[in-house]
Amino acid sequence: MKRKLDARILIGTYGVVLALALLIAFGWWRYENFLGLFNVMSVLRYNSMFALVALGMCFVIMTGGIDLSVGSTAALGSVAAALASPYGILPGAAAGIGVGAVVGALNGLLVTRLNIMPFIATLATMLAASGSALLLANNQSVSVSYESGFTSLGQGNLWVLPIPALIAAGAYIIGSIVLNYTSAGRTILAIGGNEEASRLMGLRTDAIKFFTYLASGGLAGLAGVILAAQFGAGQPIEGVGWELFAIAAVVVGGTLLTGGVGSVGTTLAGVLLLGILFNVLNFENGMGWISLSAYWQSVIRGAFLLVVVIIQARLMTSRRAAL
Amino acid sequence: MTETLSGQSPAGRFFDPLDFLARYGTVIALALLLVFNLIFTRNFATLQTLNVNLTQVCTIVIVAVGMTMVIGTGGIDLSVGSIMAISGALAPMIFLGTIVPVGNIYLWVAAAILIAVGAATLLGLFNGWLVAYFRIQPIVATLVLFIAGRGIAQVLTNGNLQVFRVPEFQWIGLGRPLGIPVQVIIMMAIVLLAAWCLRRTVFGRSILATGGNERAAELAGIPVNRVKLAVYAISGFCAGIAGLVVVAINSASDANLVGLGMELDAIAAVAVGGTLLSGGKATIIGTLLGALTIQLVRYTLLANGVPDAAALVVKAAIIVLAVWLQQQGRAR
Repeated sequence: MKRKLDARILIGTYGVVLALALLIAFGWWRYENFLGLFNVMSVLRYNSMFALVALGMCFVIMTGGIDLSVGSTAALGSVAAALASPYGILPGAAAGIGVGAVVGALNGLLVTRLNIMPFIATLATMLAASGSALLLANNQSVSVSYESGFTSLGQGNLWVLPIPALIAAGAYIIGSIVLNYTSAGRTILAIGGNEEASRLMGLRTDAIKFFTYLASGGLAGLAGVILAAQFGAGQPIEGVGWELFAIAAVVVGGTLLTGGVGSVGTTLAGVLLLGILFNVLNFENGMGWISLSAYWQSVIRGAFLLVVVIIQARLMTSRRAAL
Repeated sequence: MTETLSGQSPAGRFFDPLDFLARYGTVIALALLLVFNLIFTRNFATLQTLNVNLTQVCTIVIVAVGMTMVIGTGGIDLSVGSIMAISGALAPMIFLGTIVPVGNIYLWVAAAILIAVGAATLLGLFNGWLVAYFRIQPIVATLVLFIAGRGIAQVLTNGNLQVFRVPEFQWIGLGRPLGIPVQVIIMMAIVLLAAWCLRRTVFGRSILATGGNERAAELAGIPVNRVKLAVYAISGFCAGIAGLVVVAINSASDANLVGLGMELDAIAAVAVGGTLLSGGKATIIGTLLGALTIQLVRYTLLANGVPDAAALVVKAAIIVLAVWLQQQGRAR
């Protein structure tokens, strides 16, 4: 009985990795240049922003919270980065990450000090960040400086690897270490499992929760830096719907929205799965057999999310019944 | 916890300013805004100002009414904006004859309205089905249609703008019997019906009982699953109507824009209005007042030369303040 249970949990957690492998195998079998250097690198480059946002979201969700502000925080970060880009790469990046961290800290304070539900607190800061981005940018996109080398953060390569993908990879490695090998990581999962019990056990629940929102804001700011560098401009109205895409990626990655269960690696798999789904669609259109407009991508993503959550729900109920 | 159902606070305490603010904060804010505007904003006390504000707020209120019921059961509906887009895309396709050539225009407009609202209600039912029978968390369950729904609307219209001049349909957005805009009449009808339903019917009590303590409600014999199905269907229905109103006002339907961000506006109105986001306590009139407050703040700022972007920041502060005050009131 016990082994059967473990298999179920395994499918629930690593099903996304399996699905990702199947999707890549399908693309490799069907399209000539699918695993070509150019395609792989552009997929990684483009999805690195979403990967960063989803990483922060994953941490917040594991504590049982949610962060709706990441999309407009990224927009705000991109504007701040673009404005600071004439002073060089580091000031540009620091400005983006800095404003992101400020929004994140605000979220953390609202949630832990004022005890406002995360959904509402981050909904409010989402509006505030969006408004600040528009004010800061004067309602238009802010072009970045090309002399300072700032754009290499989005467009540059290290050998053949895109720099934004390397940044994202670094963030995931750090995230994974924090979650699996530090007491903070264990506390995050403990809070999501049972916050009151964690508090009574003497864990510093408020400090850790604050830290997850801070990290989520900072990562969203970093995503904004890459956004500005990749497209050559700070975009105050970009990032609409990013938060929900990130939530979808986290959920597809097997992290429960109730908190307490989660994994950094499968979140990355979730991001890549949703990203590659779009890539496959483009290839399929290129083959000329079918012609699905770009609008189909959201329909397909939605349908995909539906399948995943139904499977998860089934697994959960059978698990509950078995216990 | 009896107070959550009856809406009464424990009586016999001394006057508590925070509790008072929590209870009547929205009304007080609304009154203060009105006074401020009467003194400082030029041409405020005109019928035109009233009409501008009411027409701008009414789609939010219509959607927020459905949202209030969903939140009353402890759920949430993120898909309302996308459902608006679908209903707003479907109706013109029917009365413009994209699907079946138009015969009697009245018949076709009636069919368009019925089919669009019907489809929206079915999509709402689908949300409810996911929540009630698969036990999927409402945020995730409605996220599916949030993502897919707008795509469906875009695929239906191929992303094209549908422009039309059909007075029989546009009457919903532009008609003014007795000088009152039709959409305001629709809004008031929905608000009153829902308020009555929530306060005076078994169904309304079942919504709050489900949100208050689902397990207990189930043991007490309340058909929890059917209640959930119904509230999501109602939310879909309201979103469908709001979608029609929006395209009727614009004389055009753009699947990319109809209802964009509506889920958050509606949730903000519900929260400011005093409905508990964790469920179990809901007020439709509060939601109406919440939406009006947010709208009036925005209008006040715009009318006095503050840019729209700054108004967003103020809106954020108001949401936080309102929710915090309500919590202080409850904590006592």
